[in-house]
Amino acid sequence: MNSRISHIASNTFREAVRDRVLYNLIAFALLLSGAAILVGKISIAIEKLVVINLGLTAVSLFGVVIAIFIGIGLVSKEIEKRTLYTVLSRPVRRWEFIVGKFFGLAGTLAVNTFFMALGVFLALFYVSHTFVRADALIFVALYFIILEFLIICALALLFSSFSSPLLSAVFAFSLFVVGSFAEDLRNFAAMTHGITRWLATGTAYLVPNFSAFNVITSIAHEQPVAGQLIFHNTLYAFFYALMALSGAVLIFEYRDLK
Amino acid sequence: MNSRRRTTIIASLVLVLSLAASSFVLHRADQLRPPGTLDEVLFLSSPTVIKRASLGYDGLVACIYWTRAVQYFGFRHHNYAPSYNLLAPLLEITTHLDPHLIVAYEFGSSFLAPQPPAGAGEPDRAVALMQYGIQNNPDNWRLYYDLGFVYYMELRDYKNAEEAFERGSHVPHAHPFMKIFAAQMAQHAGEYRTARMLWSATYETTQDKQIRQNAVEHLRALRADEDVKHLQEAVTRFGERTGHLPTSMAELAEAEGINGIPVDPDGQPYLLTPDGRIELRSPENFPFATRGLPPGFRPKYNAPIP
Repeated sequence: MNSRISHIASNTFREAVRDRVLYNLIAFALLLSGAAILVGKISIAIEKLVVINLGLTAVSLFGVVIAIFIGIGLVSKEIEKRTLYTVLSRPVRRWEFIVGKFFGLAGTLAVNTFFMALGVFLALFYVSHTFVRADALIFVALYFIILEFLIICALALLFSSFSSPLLSAVFAFSLFVVGSFAEDLRNFAAMTHGITRWLATGTAYLVPNFSAFNVITSIAHEQPVAGQLIFHNTLYAFFYALMALSGAVLIFEYRDLK
Repeated sequence: MNSRRRTTIIASLVLVLSLAASSFVLHRADQLRPPGTLDEVLFLSSPTVIKRASLGYDGLVACIYWTRAVQYFGFRHHNYAPSYNLLAPLLEITTHLDPHLIVAYEFGSSFLAPQPPAGAGEPDRAVALMQYGIQNNPDNWRLYYDLGFVYYMELRDYKNAEEAFERGSHVPHAHPFMKIFAAQMAQHAGEYRTARMLWSATYETTQDKQIRQNAVEHLRALRADEDVKHLQEAVTRFGERTGHLPTSMAELAEAEGINGIPVDPDGQPYLLTPDGRIELRSPENFPFATRGLPPGFRPKYNAPIP
């Protein structure tokens, strides 16, 4: 990574961690992990299951919210505060600005995930009093969650490069929801014919497919995840994020900032 | 006191008082509303719709629905409710969301199958639940065991019980007693010892405290039922031999060659009523007993979860 990108990334990270909303969201996620212990107590025989399910869902959902709400303001806030002009007046290319912002946000989310995951493991230790070999599978779920965040970061940045924060949030969140139904969309495409089939198939491949990243339920049941899936999900997240980021760079490159 | 401080104190007081008042009024309003308004409702009843709405977090939603099923059953069981209308849908949603949630099948079938007030009295839906569980977890021998258990205990369908135990015995790592049960069904179905074997197996193969306690309660009830049956037969024999009923348990024991006064599993002597009936002295301590209960007796306390 060149030094200009790393400078923008570190500044983005510093700016993001100063945001109080971020701490509130992390605190809320940790609170939910703690609440999982109580939920387990009022149920029967699912203490560990509910800690893993609720804990990882909190990490995922709050991470998505953080990614969207920080991501959508990354470009528009710089324009609004006019700091973008100061940055771009220096020898910084527009694409470097976008890529730097992406890495800064990705780093913020990785650090957040670390702290939220710590909460999940603490709650798990409180319930089980020990860790077993199968608990290591939680790291796979966390890795997939981070891959999901990378895609959402790139999408938030893409929308932020041409739209207002409010619309960007709506677009990004809608894509997150649509992405959760991507497999249904593909099944629907398989049932149709002609142009509808082409359109539905195209849309199914265009929207992000988040269902492949969600292994929380199977990991809660200590079912192993295939190495092939880890490899393919990594590649998919890389290419999809790269695609969205390229789109953001293209739009931002030609945006009239006057 | 400056004006800012005064405002803070007044506002705080008003806030606390308003909260207390609104809670009080709401509580009164709840008492005025007809009970039907406050009844539990299943707003979404389609498992497919709920699965889609969970946005992929179906494991968590399954845990929530399972907890809801437990709470629903526990609350109604505690209040001696005559019906459990939402129990089957709640369990169906839970297992549809997470077909590998074994606990929902195991406990679910024991919530659904027994007759009220011990359970929902829906053994057919318990069978359907177990079959769905087996379909999704064919390598879990306990599900076959639980299916056979429902067939045997609740439906008295010994043929299907035998088949369930037989199928379960072929599952890898199945407990050896599955084969024994399959054989027992063919030869000794309906006998106390078969039921005792089933409950003993349940006790020995589970780590769950509630299931163990429940097995203990059923084993105690089985022993009491068997004792009462034998003592009642002894009373009949005594009557046929002497032409009158025994006047006391001591007289019956002496005539039958029983050492001492027969006692129930709690160590309390059985009662002999003037009309020759054998009864439990404290029937409320045996919620699953079917014999030796005073006429019209219904357990008034909370029986353990079946």
